[in-house]
Formats: sequence, structure tokens, C-alpha cells
Amino acid sequence: MSAITRDEVAHLARLSRLALTEDELDHYATQLDAIIESVAKVAEVAAEDVPPSSHALPLTNVFRADEVRPSLTPEQALSGAPAVEDDRFRVPRILGEEA
Amino acid sequence: MSLIRKTAAELGELIARREVSAAEVAEAHLDRMAEVEPKVKAFLHVDRETTLSQARAVDARLDAGERLGPLAGVPIAHKDIFTTSDMPTTAASKILEGWRPPYDATVTRRLREAGLVILGKTNLDEFAMGSSTENSAYDTTHNPWDLTRIPGGSSGGSSAAVAAYEAPLSTGTDTGGSIRQPASVTGIVGMKPTYGGSSRYGLIAFASSLDTPGPFARTVYDAALLHEAFSGHDPMDSTSIDAPVPSVVEAARQSDISGMRVGVVKEFGGDGYQPGVLARFHEAVELLESLGAKVVEVSCPSFRTALPAYYLIAPSECSSNLARFDAMRYGLRVGDDGTRSAEEVMALTRAAGFGAEVKRRIMLGTYALSSGYYDAYYGQAQKVRTVISREFEAAYHQVDVLVSPTTPTTAFPIGERADDPIAMYLADLCTIPSNLAGNAAISVPCGLADEDGLPVGLQIMAPVLGDDRCYRVGAAVEQALESRWGGPLLSKAPAL
Repeated sequence: MSAITRDEVAHLARLSRLALTEDELDHYATQLDAIIESVAKVAEVAAEDVPPSSHALPLTNVFRADEVRPSLTPEQALSGAPAVEDDRFRVPRILGEEA
Repeated sequence: MSLIRKTAAELGELIARREVSAAEVAEAHLDRMAEVEPKVKAFLHVDRETTLSQARAVDARLDAGERLGPLAGVPIAHKDIFTTSDMPTTAASKILEGWRPPYDATVTRRLREAGLVILGKTNLDEFAMGSSTENSAYDTTHNPWDLTRIPGGSSGGSSAAVAAYEAPLSTGTDTGGSIRQPASVTGIVGMKPTYGGSSRYGLIAFASSLDTPGPFARTVYDAALLHEAFSGHDPMDSTSIDAPVPSVVEAARQSDISGMRVGVVKEFGGDGYQPGVLARFHEAVELLESLGAKVVEVSCPSFRTALPAYYLIAPSECSSNLARFDAMRYGLRVGDDGTRSAEEVMALTRAAGFGAEVKRRIMLGTYALSSGYYDAYYGQAQKVRTVISREFEAAYHQVDVLVSPTTPTTAFPIGERADDPIAMYLADLCTIPSNLAGNAAISVPCGLADEDGLPVGLQIMAPVLGDDRCYRVGAAVEQALESRWGGPLLSKAPAL
């Protein structure tokens, strides 16, 4: 039985905001199936009572004083934008037609 | 000896004594690049004028009597994953084609402050995802030892540039082996510092709990000089370590390892390892013994599961990190014709802008993090990460450093694994555990494999903040092997 179906890959592509073609879906379904089967070996390590590590080193919160410091100008912040209008990022519509 | 054959330390001294100018040194390297780049293709962006004006500025500072570090005026190739305000930054992805970042990464800023002269931005696997640099959206970099083979990856442009004498130094980033593996297959030195020892600010993120900037050089000492120049605490990176670290430059000057305890990891060897790689590795272990080290075998059984754990953790973090490429604030935007929604534009842009490996990893990570699979995949991988760290800790109670081959094989032919992701992933078999545990690890050349005459690397691993041990053992191995060979390994490389 395959670990992942073509429909599941299509769902993952939607969640990942990747507009894949039909051919790509077929291709990735095969590859992801093989990769998932291979990474499933993590189950072989007995680790029921082991705490998970999200990081290699112990982390603590880092705080700094809440002071205004030099930062990017609006021109710099917008310098790489695909579209700009009135010193703002211009984006395609976010709500549906009916909204 | 021509300027391009000199070490960074030698160049730094010549420039400091004003026997040669930084501009002359930069020019010599730019000329070398013009000569060999058509074959090697290490760089994505070169701008002679920007480089020369940096060099002239360093000359002016030195002429004015300003005291700069030991690398002032020395040229460097910079991986195109660090932001640079005066050069484009693409991460070798179409989604960032032509992007000019509005700020410098901390590593970039520190290079400039130390007076290093940036020659250009080097090629990589897109967003540092790969082991061959074939995943670059722009070009394929060729191994200077054999132009039909890969230079390693993801920092393959940086390794090739140094091995081809286009630059004495370069920067890299190591998430699962992306510095050590390219260093190994091109016959140079590459170091992954302790996680948090070098700043990630301005490093385009792939897997934030693993990404670590580090140096490439032709000698251990040069690597240490560069390491020290750009590492250290950075308030702009909240995971950066705020603690004193032992001097790696001092360590690289030592070559006495008598009495040091060296552990050979039992699990790294056997099936899947090239005989010539194992032969050179075993000789290196004998060499360490002859230099007075006490060698023992150690067992870390869970290292066998490091690769699958990594290929769950890294893609999970990548799927989250790369969500920032949304076609709204910077980078590519396609399909915005006034009829499509932001979400449709986003999906079209990401499909057009990301390459195959990046898409695979984003979807794999999304899968591993999705409800119903989280515990079995991402959660279990995080537990394996803990087990691996514990096995390292136990090993470092017995020994000072661990050693292994850096990679199971020498450089493979371009194209051989390009369509086989699982075969490609195996290149990082021996390097990944140190990333998961955040440890320091270096690769130093230890000879040529008999089968193909290509370089083999020795990996020396040390505990967190034990970077100095990597340099000390690396320097001892380098000195002993170079006296045996009658010069550096790279002098055996064919002329380009």
C-alpha cells in the first residue's frame, strides 16, 4: 500500500500554495511516497519516554529594551516589492467577489 | 608564487606590510575568475567594479594607518544566501531573481568590517536544499578536480571557487552537511561551527534550528581566521550564543594532539561506503594514533536513524520558513492580471518560482506537520533528535573528538543522482548527526581515493562549543599529511 495518494499530494499542494500541473502531481506522488516510506524508519527508535527536541541547544527568551532604533526607511522596505502604491505594498484582491 | 596560490594568512600579511595592495590582490583573483569561470561556474554574480572599489577602500583605510584584522584586503567568495546590500541575493532561486536586499547579513557586515573584499556571490542548491549544487535554478557548478563531477552542495559554488584558486576563502552554510560535504569532495577545509556560534541574521532561512554559517579555506589556519572574523554573539539572532568561546585561531596553531582521545564511530562504514574512502579514512585514524592520540571505537546506534529524522525535521522547518515567499512584499509575482485573487497569485508564483526539490521538501514538511501524521513523523523525529544528542553526550564522556569519513563516496558525476532524491540524500549520512545535536564539526582533506583519484575528507566532530578541538586535530592531521605528501593535496589537482 502506498504511504501517500495522488489526492493527498493535491491537498498538500493546496495547503502549500503551489499550483501544480497534473503531470507534476503524478511525479511528486511517486517520489513523496518513496521518501515517506524511507523516513518512516524514525519509528524504529524506541523513544516513548524521550522528550522531543525542537532545538539542539537549550533556548531561553531573549529580551531587549523597548526603544526606537534605526530601521529600514519606507523606500528601502518597498524597494523589492512587486507593486507599490502610495508608499504601500499593492496586492491582488484578498476577499472573494461576493464579499 | 603567484598571488592566487597564496594562503589568506600570507595575503593578509603582505597587504598589512603594504608590499601588495588589496586592489592588486583582488585584480589577480578577478583575472583568475575570468579565466576559469567558463569551466567551473562557481559564481552567480560578479561585479568587477564593486569588488575593486571595496579593495581600494580597504587600501585607503590601511594607508591612513587604520588597524584592521589579519584578513584585511583578502578576497572572499560569498555564498548567495547571505544578504548583501550592494549585490543581488537570490538563494539560487527564480523566486528571488534580481532581488537587491535593503540590508547586509551580520556575516556580510562582519566581513566588511574585517576588511575582506567580496569577489561575488557563489552558486548553491536552491535555498541550500541539496548536495550537488545541481538544484540551482541558474547554473551547474563543476568540480575543479573533474569538470564532469559535482562540487558538492549546497555550498558548491563556494567550495569550487576555493579549490579552483578563484578565492582563498569563501563562506558557506551547513544545515545537514552543506559545508563539510562540498569541502570533502573538492579537497579543501570546511567547518560547521557550533549551532549559534555564528549569526543567522540575513541568512535566508531553510531550517532555522539547523542552519549554521561557516568558513571554507585551503588550510585549517585560514579557515580559523575566517571563522573568528565573522562568528560570535549577535543580538540580531536570538539563538546566537552569548558566551565566551575558545579561540579557534590559537587552536589551529597547535599541532600537538598527544594524549587526546579520539573515537571512531562504529556506525559510519560498511555497505554504501566507497572502498577508497574507507582506506583513506583508516589511514587517517592510524595517523592520529601515530601522533599520540588514543583511539577507541564508540557506538552510537541511533545515528543510523539520523538521516530519516533530518528529512522530517528540515522539510518541516522549510515548509514554514518558505511561506514568506508569498509574492506580496518582495521577489517574484506572476499571474496578477487583475482578475485573480491574492491566493491564486501566490500559488501561481510559488509554482513558477520554486524548483522541484524545494517543492518536494515544502510538501514533505507540510505532510509531516499535518494533523494525524504529526506524532508519527515530526514528533517522532524530534524524539530521535534527543536520542542522538544523548548518544553524542555519552560518547564525549569517553573521548574528546569523534572521527568519520565526511561523505560515503567521492564526488559523483553530474546528473547521476539528479532525479533520485533518496540517493542524493545519502551524501549527508555522516554529517547530519552533528547538525541535529548542534555540535561543531570540520572536514579536512585526507587523500585521494584509489578508484577515481578524487579527494576524500576526514570529519572531526566535537561537542557544543568545542570548535577549537576540531581545529587543533585538523591542524595536526594537515601538518602530518602535507609533510607525507610533500605539499597540500590541492597541488595534485589537474590544471584547469
